[in-house]
Amino acid sequence: MQVYEAPIRDMRFVLDELWVDDGFGDIPALEEFDSDLTSAILEEAAKFSREVLLPLNRSGDEEGCVLENGVVRTPEGFKDAYKQFTESGWASLAADPEWGGQGLPERVNKLVEEMTCSTNLSFGLYPGLTHGGAIALEAHGSEDLKNLYLPKMTSGEWSGTMCLTESHCGTDLGMLRTKAEPQEDGSYKVSGSKIFISAGDHDLSDNIIHLVLARLPDAPAGVKGISLFLVPKYLPNDDGTPGPSNGVSCSALEHKMGLKASATCQMQFEESTGWLVGEPHQGLAAMFTMMNAERLSVGIQGVGIGEAAYQSAVWYAKDRLQGRSLSGAKYPDKPADPIIVHPDVRRMLMTMRCYNEGCRMLGGWVARALDAEKHSQDPEVKARATDFVALMTPIVKALFTDLGHESANLAVQVYGGHGYIRESGVEQYARDARIAMIYEGTNGIQALDLVGRKMGQNTGRLLRSFFHPVSDFIEASKGDGPMKPMIDGLEKALGALQLSTATIAQKGLKDPEEAGAAATEYLRLFGLVAMGYCFARATMISDMKLAFGTEEKEFYDAKIKTATFFFERILPQVSANFLAIKAGKKSMMALSEEQF
Amino acid sequence: MKILVPVKRVIDYNLKPRVRSDGTGVDLSNIKMSMNPFDEIAVEEAIRLAEAGKADEVVVVSIGPAKAQETLRTGMAMGADRAILVETDDEVEPLAVAKILKAVVAEENPGMVIMGKQAIDDDSNQTGQMLAALLGWAQGTFASKVELDSDAVTVTREVDGGLETVKLGLPAIVTTDLRLNEPRFAKLPNIMKAKKKPLDVKSPSDYRVDITPRLKTLKVVEPPVREAGEIVPDVDTLVAKLKAMGAV
Repeated sequence: MQVYEAPIRDMRFVLDELWVDDGFGDIPALEEFDSDLTSAILEEAAKFSREVLLPLNRSGDEEGCVLENGVVRTPEGFKDAYKQFTESGWASLAADPEWGGQGLPERVNKLVEEMTCSTNLSFGLYPGLTHGGAIALEAHGSEDLKNLYLPKMTSGEWSGTMCLTESHCGTDLGMLRTKAEPQEDGSYKVSGSKIFISAGDHDLSDNIIHLVLARLPDAPAGVKGISLFLVPKYLPNDDGTPGPSNGVSCSALEHKMGLKASATCQMQFEESTGWLVGEPHQGLAAMFTMMNAERLSVGIQGVGIGEAAYQSAVWYAKDRLQGRSLSGAKYPDKPADPIIVHPDVRRMLMTMRCYNEGCRMLGGWVARALDAEKHSQDPEVKARATDFVALMTPIVKALFTDLGHESANLAVQVYGGHGYIRESGVEQYARDARIAMIYEGTNGIQALDLVGRKMGQNTGRLLRSFFHPVSDFIEASKGDGPMKPMIDGLEKALGALQLSTATIAQKGLKDPEEAGAAATEYLRLFGLVAMGYCFARATMISDMKLAFGTEEKEFYDAKIKTATFFFERILPQVSANFLAIKAGKKSMMALSEEQF
Repeated sequence: MKILVPVKRVIDYNLKPRVRSDGTGVDLSNIKMSMNPFDEIAVEEAIRLAEAGKADEVVVVSIGPAKAQETLRTGMAMGADRAILVETDDEVEPLAVAKILKAVVAEENPGMVIMGKQAIDDDSNQTGQMLAALLGWAQGTFASKVELDSDAVTVTREVDGGLETVKLGLPAIVTTDLRLNEPRFAKLPNIMKAKKKPLDVKSPSDYRVDITPRLKTLKVVEPPVREAGEIVPDVDTLVAKLKAMGAV
């Protein structure tokens, strides 16, 4: 059964307690958002997700989207939910107040996003893409375009998409063929076919604003010849209402493994009128403004699904009576013990719990950096925040979605045969979570981004935004206290990460394939160390709370126990990844292509 | 017209209450608390009347601990204009609540008080009625429909036999039943605005009300766990069993 209650206490731990001294706080622009206000916002978001979005999750998956007479219809209830969602202001949560947004800090926004992803990932995509499109438009669009489109995209009356992929090119956008012909009035005629376009067409909003990558007639070949265009489904009238059709149509819906209530469309643009966003041939860079923001949000999708899967698994593990505990019956009055008594079931539940809490803490740190990047008055803090966000973006995207999918898979395993049956609802999590490892740049591409671009950038300056706070923390926490095993473990893990960094930097300089062969393991190792740091901090804070006395003993006690499991049973994966990196590319590349 | 809406902070309706091991009451430590659902309906009704132009101010009032400010902010996020907290950490029984409310009414002069018919924590279902008696006002309890005119309010009541419609002269007390309306979700901009709306904090002594409880709780126990049933082979066995239990 899909069970979900927003983990508000844990979210508030991340928001109010965990990162107080990370240097990304003290932002005057965000003073208004004190703990009382953010709690009220989280509570209301939790209520909305539980009461409006969750009930549509299973039915949306069963029903899917339909293409009828050239128009896409979303599942029953989605239109109403979207209306409530936008009217209540959730769609414009983090958007700039200049365009009608609420200007909420990212640290709060990401938590609300997590709730949406937990309760209805398919639904979340519609407003999510609109927000991403608005960000790109805000950064690169002309004043006229911004004034016309941003207020409506912010309110959610009009939605957005990003149209990159074509049938023959996904990761390698240099090959794309959609073209744009300049017109005398300064607009362009955009023609071509796109595939895999999320929210490409649907019945939720009055107009759909596509951000399309295309080539100008004089464009150089490859990625340096791509420009970005804004192409609306309906051309706006002078009074701002949607006017005539603009030659944009959905020719087919993709048949997908999961995420079925999200309309993934094949789109045709036939001499559709569009306007250039940003400079000619600079489209990819402009699109990456959107892409980077989206990558962090996709990471949050991983935690969202992971949390929902975990809660559903806990519910079942307590409910399902089967067999007896290995140490003798725990519930002799019942016909059998609930399966939560078994170590292997515990292993699965604890693993999921660690992934969720670990990612939530790490995500909270990155979100604070996003806020500091945007609002801090101190240029040094701003620069450090920018470095940190750039470094962590591929990690958040790939690590969170890998672990989210693993959690969903574990939930199916906890349910056993019932997990493989649709009615239980948990196999949907496994199907829905799978795409997050692929879109917005596959996780393999994220790993390459980390080793190929972020690692060496400014002679390793980005890395220091992570290494320094972690080693400072280790130095400051050394001693013979109860935290010694944890701090020792973290120190070793950080050592393995630094050694791996040096190895890859050295080998990769001579042979880029060496860096490529190490990338995925390196990203995982990095993620494990980062989560270890989060759990060590969490333990230190919890120890302190317990020592000073608290009414919330259960919460802090559970935090320490979870952290201990992480250090004893999950962090050791650092060694395996380290050894794999050390081994290098040789065995990976040894087989000839014919031998496959 | 001003409408006064008393709201109570109670254990969240989604939670399963647990009784304290010493039997003195329900364990509320680290438990999610929310606005009493019947009161939420009352707030919604008052806001709808204001939106329809039939009321010009909605004031929410709560009697309880400092944390009840959150509940009042929720009411203001839904649309109430301002709030009053009569702060006390002591237990307050319906009569004490009614007496405090009477004093608040004397200060605020509302044309109507709309409140939940009962709170889901103690299920007393007394405060509205007591308040009406203390004030000498008309009362329309268990409302499933409320129509407000300039000098009267027509209330459809959910009674055991069906629906009863009464017309009350104003000022009046209305207590809400579940089917009156479906409370809205607070809009995000309104949650932010609620923070800036005025919230007065008072104490029972400000109103010279003695809140000393008149009842003594002897013990609180969990309801008995339902026992497993038994399938009998035939009617004779069933009758025999029932006889043995003394049920027939």
